[in-house]
Amino acid sequence: MELLQTYLGTQLGYVIWTLLKIVVIVAPMMLAVAYLTYAERKVIGYMQVRIGPNRVGPLGLLQPIADGIKLLMKEIILPAKSSKGLFLLAPIMSIMPALAAWAVVPFTDHLVLANVNASLLYIMAITSMGVYGVIIAGWAGNSKYSFLGGMRSAAQIVSYEIAMGFALVGVLMVSGSLNLVEIVKQQGQGLAGGSILSWNWLPLLPLFIVYLVSGVAETNRAPFDVAEGESEIVAGFHVEYSGMAFAIFFLAEYANMILVSAMTSLMFLGGWLSPFPASWGVLGAGSFFWLAAKMSFVLFCFLWFRATFPRYRYDQIMRLGWKVFIPVTLVWIVLLGAWMMSPVSLWH
Amino acid sequence: MSFTTAVFYILSAILLAAAFRVITAKNPVHAALFLVLSFFSAAGLWVLLESEFLAISLVLVYVGAVMVLFLFVVMMLDIDIEKLREGFWKHFPLAGTIAIIMAGEMALILGSPEAGLKTYPARAPLAADFSNVRELGVQMYTHYMFATELASVVLLLAIVAAIALTQRTRKESKALNVGDQVAVRAADRVRVVKMAATPVETVEAAEDQPQA
Repeated sequence: MELLQTYLGTQLGYVIWTLLKIVVIVAPMMLAVAYLTYAERKVIGYMQVRIGPNRVGPLGLLQPIADGIKLLMKEIILPAKSSKGLFLLAPIMSIMPALAAWAVVPFTDHLVLANVNASLLYIMAITSMGVYGVIIAGWAGNSKYSFLGGMRSAAQIVSYEIAMGFALVGVLMVSGSLNLVEIVKQQGQGLAGGSILSWNWLPLLPLFIVYLVSGVAETNRAPFDVAEGESEIVAGFHVEYSGMAFAIFFLAEYANMILVSAMTSLMFLGGWLSPFPASWGVLGAGSFFWLAAKMSFVLFCFLWFRATFPRYRYDQIMRLGWKVFIPVTLVWIVLLGAWMMSPVSLWH
Repeated sequence: MSFTTAVFYILSAILLAAAFRVITAKNPVHAALFLVLSFFSAAGLWVLLESEFLAISLVLVYVGAVMVLFLFVVMMLDIDIEKLREGFWKHFPLAGTIAIIMAGEMALILGSPEAGLKTYPARAPLAADFSNVRELGVQMYTHYMFATELASVVLLLAIVAAIALTQRTRKESKALNVGDQVAVRAADRVRVVKMAATPVETVEAAEDQPQA
């Protein structure tokens, strides 16, 4: 950084240095997204006693690259009587929040692009904008199917955001901070001595489950993927999209999945903390490896859900969000407050 | 001109242009999206004032939730914009007069020496470890606790009232009873019927019979 600043001046050097850091985060992210699609096809393939992609490259490993090139070569068709500007804006609106949220996600206790105080709120605010991509796509395409998909998605995402927010309130209460680094550090303390038992998933188990399931619903993944619902509305909100415009929706969905898995790992599964005692040397020390392992586990659960559960009916989705999750989180927040004030509190 | 000042002017220009388009856009969906843009620019201005908590709340509440519902409704409505514009020139003189009076009043207040805008000191930069969230929390939940609680009771009342208004049962509404659905057993839905098997020869013999 000093080198850049001596050549380019203080301000410009700082800007370029930050841009470089953004590239270092986003480029591996895109690669992870590409290989998450591969992992999804392989995992679901094996769960359904198939092999999955195995033609392009060894073990089919080049399949995501081939898919990407294919989508890049295809034409983007603009439907007649669509709102052209909004039609092209929609994919941008859906990928932008999925990437911008990574600005405050810490990978270890010092490896973070922007360690801001309100990082958790920032992530909630930015990810809440992702729904615009879906709504605008549904409306701008001038198609009834995509419009229905957009409407469904808007109602669903707004409903589950509330349960998700309440689940996070519990995390905020026990950690006393909105900063993600502080939230992870707090999980390393407590009565259980920072072991796997003191991570938030156990004392906040109901909130953890609500958050995980709401995360699946927020990313429009099966079994909550009524926004796509191909048996009823063809492909939902992106039915009019082709080529790279379609691919960007796809990238956004998978980037959001990785983001939700990162948030779940940071807030409930101890982030980069190691499950082993500190006396185990390298294995006991916290590192990015542990965060990646936890994220992979959560992502595997996402794929597993998709292979296991049939799609929810629309009224069942609404019922689960409003009549089950929100009351559960509300009650647990009150209980948690009482627990924290009582002599048997785990958090001091 | 410093970097911050440049950002301020860019954000203000976007904010004003978007706000202007909210009222001039022909399509109500476009107007709602311009309103989203103006909220977002306003949040940017708040970040420049180092009040990131307010900025994030603005995005979270207004952009992330309120405007989504707004768009949801606007997209469903079939608004004929030409019909809405019919009386524009008829009402223009009255509306224009009111606008001019309001602008004049604002200019008088802001321009008067008593307002002291010219001698207003520049805001002192905040300390690096200053936490907006903490400061707001202390103000709201310690110093102004009763006012906050009163406001939340009023809001709760509004929620209860809104729900109560929609709670009337209509004759034509159909809803599933989830309790009944969960309690259902396989025997209630599927009945296995035992039928005596018919020997193959009799079937063939029956088919061979000439149609009467």
